[in-house]
Amino acid sequence: MTTPPADSIPEGRWPGLRRWLMSTSPGSRRQARLGRAYLAWLSFMENRLAVVGLAIILLLITTAALAPFIAPYPPNSPDLSERLTPMSGAHWLGTDELGRDILSRIIFGSRLTLYVIVLVAIIAAPVGLLIGTVAGYAGGWLDAVLMRITDIFLAFPKLILALAFVSALGPGIENAIIAIAITSWPPYARIARAETITIRNADFIKAARLQGAGPTRLVWGHIVPLCLSSLIVRVTLDMAGIILTAAGLGFLGLGAQPPLPEWGAMISSGRKYMLDQWWVAAMPGIAIFVVSLGFNLLGDGLRDVLDPKAEGR
Amino acid sequence: MGAGSQTSGRGRRLRRYGRKAAALIASVALTFLGLLFVTFLIGRVVPIDPVLAAVGDRAPAEVYERVRIELGLHLPLYQQFLIYIGKVLQGDLGRSVLTANAVTTDILRVFPATLELATVATLFGVLLGIPTGVLAAVHQGRWPDQVLRVVGLFGYSVPVFWLGLMGLLLFYGRLDWVPGPGRLDVFYEGLLPAKTGVILIDSALAGEWGIFRNALAHIVLPAAILGYYSLAYISRMTRSFMLEQLNQEYITTARVKGVSERSVIWRHALGNVSIPLVTVIALSYGNLLEGSVLTETVFAWPGLGFYLTQSLLSADMNAVLGGTIVVGTVFIGINMLSDALYRLMDPRAR
Amino acid sequence: METLLDVRNLRVTFRTQKETVEAVRGVSFSMGREKLGIVGESGSGKSVTCRSLLGLIRPPGRVAADHLLFDGLDLLQIDSRRMQHIRGRRIAMVMQDPKYSLNPVMTVGEQIAEAYRIHARASRPEARRKTIEMLEAVRIRHPDQVYDAYPHQVSGGMGQRIMIAMMLIPGPDLLIADEPTSALDVTVQLQLLAILDDLVQERGMGLVFISHDLNLVASFCDRIIIMYAGRIMEICEARDLHKARHPYTRGLLHCLPRLDTPPGELPVLQRDPAWEEGTP
Repeated sequence: MTTPPADSIPEGRWPGLRRWLMSTSPGSRRQARLGRAYLAWLSFMENRLAVVGLAIILLLITTAALAPFIAPYPPNSPDLSERLTPMSGAHWLGTDELGRDILSRIIFGSRLTLYVIVLVAIIAAPVGLLIGTVAGYAGGWLDAVLMRITDIFLAFPKLILALAFVSALGPGIENAIIAIAITSWPPYARIARAETITIRNADFIKAARLQGAGPTRLVWGHIVPLCLSSLIVRVTLDMAGIILTAAGLGFLGLGAQPPLPEWGAMISSGRKYMLDQWWVAAMPGIAIFVVSLGFNLLGDGLRDVLDPKAEGR
Repeated sequence: MGAGSQTSGRGRRLRRYGRKAAALIASVALTFLGLLFVTFLIGRVVPIDPVLAAVGDRAPAEVYERVRIELGLHLPLYQQFLIYIGKVLQGDLGRSVLTANAVTTDILRVFPATLELATVATLFGVLLGIPTGVLAAVHQGRWPDQVLRVVGLFGYSVPVFWLGLMGLLLFYGRLDWVPGPGRLDVFYEGLLPAKTGVILIDSALAGEWGIFRNALAHIVLPAAILGYYSLAYISRMTRSFMLEQLNQEYITTARVKGVSERSVIWRHALGNVSIPLVTVIALSYGNLLEGSVLTETVFAWPGLGFYLTQSLLSADMNAVLGGTIVVGTVFIGINMLSDALYRLMDPRAR
Repeated sequence: METLLDVRNLRVTFRTQKETVEAVRGVSFSMGREKLGIVGESGSGKSVTCRSLLGLIRPPGRVAADHLLFDGLDLLQIDSRRMQHIRGRRIAMVMQDPKYSLNPVMTVGEQIAEAYRIHARASRPEARRKTIEMLEAVRIRHPDQVYDAYPHQVSGGMGQRIMIAMMLIPGPDLLIADEPTSALDVTVQLQLLAILDDLVQERGMGLVFISHDLNLVASFCDRIIIMYAGRIMEICEARDLHKARHPYTRGLLHCLPRLDTPPGELPVLQRDPAWEEGTP
């Protein structure tokens, strides 16, 4: 096993591990994979803004997980004697029209945000990946049909289609998630298809086919892993848009129903008091902004590391 | 480029264009049909009781019966779909529960307001976005570029309805620089006969400059808020395209010829950038139609977006689906237009 | 022969975060109104040398020299406005591939006319007339049709002739040709060289011909400069190339395939690290 020259190995607490990861002739596939991941991680860490994005997302996850422990007040205890109080020592972000502490509601609202994002990603990304790779690999009429369906869904502005779905299904956070997921998968299908078409004519695919690999194994084992990096970048960048769409639906009263502390709905109920007790509407918006920003920064950073040729959207 | 029979060459070219045009129309028609299919599904298949969804829960029994037969719910699904297509193509989008008017009439009344807002916002985005994008590309890495990066990040992270509220708070509530929500002060409402429905145009045509100024004052804030997103997107894409072009060899050729740097950037590079940029602008316009749903709600702007949300809250299914079809159709139309423009502008694509 | 260009100790460095690249390391030569060939491998610095004459090296590249005298004018000392006037009007450059070096959205005629109008405040009709004349001078038939054509509609050979027309129309004294035939078919190459030769001859211009093809340069040019790793290895008369003394040049000559005395196995150039350090 050859190693890079001693002066190029960074200092650290586990120099042995580091040397193993950065070896230029890895002994096993796992070592090569881990080594690559480590180098990608180093490159990612050089981008300060991307690290900020990652920090924000980690903050979101921890806040959601530890909500009952870090929120100063329960999210749903109205106290009409304290309604619409400004920011103060007792209530850092003030209280809303029912006297509930805004900070606590935002903290608990992070759970809803996370819930929405994760479910949408879990539904939309695999669907898009599947449709895209099948279309790209199969070609012919199947490709044409699948792409036509994708185009139809792309012909709807996302929010409007989500509105139409929610109008049929009724308001509620699960329906909002389904509606958003339905409008989110087309870009992933497009990306997966584009990558598949590029890859499917590659020599290594032909070699695998010569060895007897069937289409399922080729698509699942070879093509899908190669699509993953650009897909991950796109999903992360889309998260911000999904959060904004979910908040928009919440603002219109179509997402999580009261008294759930959904950030968009909080802005909507704070709207009446906008001119004088502006914090009721402003604070949840800042939360939405910070989380979206986090995903955008993270996505940009991931793109620089994983998929540098996909500049610009 | 040689000599040879001109007429047969031209005839062949015309036939080729004809075939391409036919393919394009077929493609668009298919997408439109798909659009109708999805709205049909949402209206008929998704709700438990589509008739109830169409007439509302306060309708009397005769109305319920009549609509049930009208919708043809006893017919097989594909026949219902064909009836549906026929109705839509004739402009019949059903009747609104809330206003009792034909949905089409309602939509025609409110659509110009959205058009006005989206157009002014896009203008804002284009006029400010393109120069800033160019500057960011030319001064890559330096402060104009960094500023653009921040502007872009904000544009992709801030919710439009929240920004609208904050804008109202600042410019209306605290600074009193702009008048309140709505398209005109109450004082002026109803004074102007609606010719196009676009107040800025109608008032200018009628010479009513007082109304024009008032309408302008009302549209400034919502258009600026909406336009900000357009600006963020357009400037970022302009920067990206510019950087790509400035690395090309023909730019070096232009410099070698002695073309001034200003001309190199604004004539040679931008000339090439404008082609993909047209598609970006069209897409941005489409995005703004979507963004206007929320902006109109915040500013009580009586356009299609406001109509949609009001219908939604009153469970007026026909109106919601009608609005969806209209917006979807406009989207398809914009994409088709931008495609055609691209073909016209790029000599390599003709 | 009067000296048109005198370069003394040209150094071009590119400094990025990761590394510093010295593309040109102390190049000195002079030329008159003759055909000078510059031969070298990729990365030898031949293109960068000539681009620095035109002020085309942008940061992070830095150009330094004792002097870069063009017709008595030190190109390093003048400001960018004067440099802009010199470009095109006094020094011009033809690049390798017309597919990329012509603006795809302007017609060929517009591009040539622009070159004329920048330096000769002429009206549009006059510029058009001059352009058509120039297209005829590079032996393009049906010049009025070609005037309205777009670059993607013309062949490679025609594209290069258009480039030449565009660069020669303001009447420069020095033309730099950066691998002008490398993207063309062999048959078209010779035609293009013939046109170039005639035009340069009749206008009494100086020509710098950059190439990696030693044989081509030897047959076409008057003098040859051989570059390697940013330095000049040898300067000699084209007809005396076979008498070259520098081991690098001799090595190159040795590696060229020949039909008259086939060597059996083509030798591979043995590189002496001393050449990089620079042997005076």
